[in-house]
Amino acid sequence: MAATLPASAYLREEGKIRSDMKDRPPVARRVSPWADVVFSALAHGAAWLTLALLAGILVSLVIGAAPAIRAYGLSFLWTSEWDPVQNRYGGLVMIYGTLMTSLIALVIAVPVSFGIALFLTELSPLWLKRPLGTAIELLAAVPSIVYGMWGLLVFSPILSRFVQQPLQSVFKGVPVLGSLFSGPPVGIGLLSAGIILAIMVIPFIASVMRDVFDVTPPMLKESAYALGSTTWEVVWKVVLPYTKTGVVGGIMLGLGRALGETMAVTFVIGNFNQLNSLSLFEAANSITSALANEFGEAAPGLHQASLIYLGLVLFLITFIVLSISKLLLQRLKRREGRVA
Amino acid sequence: MTSSLSRACAGAVLAGAAGLAAAQDMTGAGATFPAPIYAKWADAYNKATGARLNYQSVGSGAGIQQIRARTVDFGATDMPLSDDALAKDGLIQFPTVIGGVVPVVNIKGIAPGQIKLTGQVLGDIYLGKITRWNDPALTALNPGVPLPDEAVSAVRRADGSGTSFIFTNYLSKTNAEWKAKVGEGTAVNWPTGAGGKGNEGVASYVQRLPNSIGYVEYAYAKQNKMTYTLLKNKDGNFVPPDADNFKAAAAGADWSKTFFQVLTDQPGKDAWPISGATFILMYKAQEKPVTAAGALKFFDWAYANGDKMADELEYVPLPTAVKELVRKSWAASIKDASGKSIAWK
Amino acid sequence: MSTTAATATPEAAQLARRRLHARRKRRNVVALTLALAAMAFGIFWLVWILVETVRLGIGGMSLSLFTEMTPAPQAETGGLANAIFGSLAMVTMATLLGTPIGILAGIYLAEYGQRGWLGHTTRFINDILLSAPSIVIGLFIYSVVVARAKSFSGWAGVLALALIVIPVVIRTTENMLALIPNALREAAYALGTPKWRVISTVTLRAARAGVITGVLLAFARIAGETAPLLFTALSNQFWTSDMSQPMASLPVTIFKFAMSPYENWQKLAWAGVFLITLGVLILNIVARTFFRNRT
Repeated sequence: MAATLPASAYLREEGKIRSDMKDRPPVARRVSPWADVVFSALAHGAAWLTLALLAGILVSLVIGAAPAIRAYGLSFLWTSEWDPVQNRYGGLVMIYGTLMTSLIALVIAVPVSFGIALFLTELSPLWLKRPLGTAIELLAAVPSIVYGMWGLLVFSPILSRFVQQPLQSVFKGVPVLGSLFSGPPVGIGLLSAGIILAIMVIPFIASVMRDVFDVTPPMLKESAYALGSTTWEVVWKVVLPYTKTGVVGGIMLGLGRALGETMAVTFVIGNFNQLNSLSLFEAANSITSALANEFGEAAPGLHQASLIYLGLVLFLITFIVLSISKLLLQRLKRREGRVA
Repeated sequence: MTSSLSRACAGAVLAGAAGLAAAQDMTGAGATFPAPIYAKWADAYNKATGARLNYQSVGSGAGIQQIRARTVDFGATDMPLSDDALAKDGLIQFPTVIGGVVPVVNIKGIAPGQIKLTGQVLGDIYLGKITRWNDPALTALNPGVPLPDEAVSAVRRADGSGTSFIFTNYLSKTNAEWKAKVGEGTAVNWPTGAGGKGNEGVASYVQRLPNSIGYVEYAYAKQNKMTYTLLKNKDGNFVPPDADNFKAAAAGADWSKTFFQVLTDQPGKDAWPISGATFILMYKAQEKPVTAAGALKFFDWAYANGDKMADELEYVPLPTAVKELVRKSWAASIKDASGKSIAWK
Repeated sequence: MSTTAATATPEAAQLARRRLHARRKRRNVVALTLALAAMAFGIFWLVWILVETVRLGIGGMSLSLFTEMTPAPQAETGGLANAIFGSLAMVTMATLLGTPIGILAGIYLAEYGQRGWLGHTTRFINDILLSAPSIVIGLFIYSVVVARAKSFSGWAGVLALALIVIPVVIRTTENMLALIPNALREAAYALGTPKWRVISTVTLRAARAGVITGVLLAFARIAGETAPLLFTALSNQFWTSDMSQPMASLPVTIFKFAMSPYENWQKLAWAGVFLITLGVLILNIVARTFFRNRT
């Protein structure tokens, strides 16, 4: 029997087949015993390389930011003065810009993505589901520079004329909201950048939501339908609570993308290193845009260190958002019974 | 690298490069102020000799940093470095052309050269003190001009810019509050204004944003048919920007002692108040003598053949005497590792 | 539910029930209409962007786009040949560099590291790298490579892009390998195959389609990346095939041209945007449909 099994080709070559089974079974000597070791070493090495890369990036960032960390410590995070002439730097403007544009992006993208996911899973006719779903996934692949360029050259004049100017005249004089919409309505600023980020992030969040809605056990939904629920009630009260960890994980994924985006933002954010008012129409700055604009010319010294400090802060913010997202998605997977 | 090793490398490179001398690649980065003329020169030089001068207009600030980091063969800046800074870094600087920084506006119904401005008013606009176009300060200067009742959208540079240095230097000379509050430099703490990247970015924003004002090198205003303004110069005349007026501003400069010249707010009947020269920074001790020779050959060629192209873009070519001074400084200062001056002829 | 239902008359209860039903129905209709509107809203923007890209970009498409170099401002002729070549060269090299590392690490995660701290940590770190802001990656390569070598170069750009490829390939390889049923592996082991051979000739081959899809998607992703190239490869207005020189690339060139006031540059920028979007979309479609049938 041993002669007919394919693996015995190894043994046959070595002449090690024994027809009787009196003694211990043959010890198979592999053709190349070192191949396993080498392969395993390569695989382990690649994993260690990934660790080393992240460690390298973090170490390089910390070393680069060290002068600024020594000079300012944590107060860098809430100082808004950015003065290259006086050599005084504070990252509040950029951090605020990054967080604010991402917030605007989420406020717009999450309801829209939810609607898209709802439509794709519950409302759309079968023939439309695949193409629309694929279309949404494809749109996640469009490079961000397209959004940035379109935003500056096509969108900002339209935003200025049809959204910002009417908003400004409607809210003129209103105490809080008025100041939110004051400032030059020229299509450049926090609002523009936020809207373009929203459009960019919608495909990501919508895909994840759609995937998560799709894996809801049909039993749950059908039970609810059997009790007479409307479609909306099924989605809002059954599907969403069941998938809430996945949904939040997807939102965090979109948030992570929005936080780290450079090109879509730098065209329209206005690159203004001051926080003079609450207005969404004012030019502002984001961490990524400041890095893109100023890094090439920053003198090695406090200016460059402050920029790298900003990069470090962004890295940490993305890290925190990602950790939360991973934790939530992990919990979802565990509930589905898959090994974590 | 030890000096003997670098000498050996230099020798090897020189030996091997004899045959490669024809098509040399050089990389330079810096100011967007002269980028249009450098692009034209590089194109023509490439057609004439096959050598490629890759010039990236990333802003004077970046140009200074990148040459300090030795990542490029030469840096370009409109803000001249002081002689002390040059000595500390081991650089020399020399001018290539003279041009002018021009305020440009985008107001419906206003033609080029129609609006008159002064340094004081310009400073107040960029300080954020003048916020509407029909502000009394502006209407007083421009009686009869239909200035609208609209908010002023100021545009300035987001990146470190020699053009900004020339502009803020002028504002510091003519607006005391600007000098006290903001000062001059390639990157300052701008009190107001959206930031464009490069002269190109500022021109692009001003083209797009209604009721905006920005400042660009004149070639950008001319090439893109933008609406420039008149400025009051030191002698009290409102002059338009053009090559003759830039030349008038440069007339009083004495280049023989040092190339560090700032040409803003110069006396002269027709002098344009925001003129400036643009400079090239190169190392005195060259680690790559072949590329250095290539770069010097290019500038020598540009001095000899580039005047007409400069005129077309309304830059002012340097006077012949100044060009000779520059060539002398190359021979005297730029040397390779063995102490010989780089031969560009 | 109404608290007075028990005490009210049957007719009143029925009326209350009907009203409740009507309210729920209305809410349902409103919500679903809003969902439809959201769908239309989302699709509208995306379609508009694509339409504008096509409309403004297709006008600039011509043979000269592929044969002429990036022009000076306001020149009559000009194309994107050096940028297209630079992008292709850097993206291809980066994919070639990053894919083996990514596949090996993905194999580690799926075959050796399902348990244990190294596997968990690597997975976590991979996700961080996956979502790291790409400009920070560019800055890292600048400080480590460009500043040390004292020159901008295509190789620095390749390294920066490879750092973006690696996490993507790791993620997709691991996912694809994890999908392969253990029965396949166990059958191979039962036949006496050594582990390295099981992975390379059985598992990887079975997951081949998915892994290639992952590589193609990584290729498409870095084809559109601008920020990591800004401080590594810089740019070049001339043709160069020398990777140790600064190289032009499509996204950086588009960035430069789009923010300029020159019409010929803006036209080229739109054409470039159209090219990139077309290329990326085609790659994605090919990867998904062609290989979906094979998995």
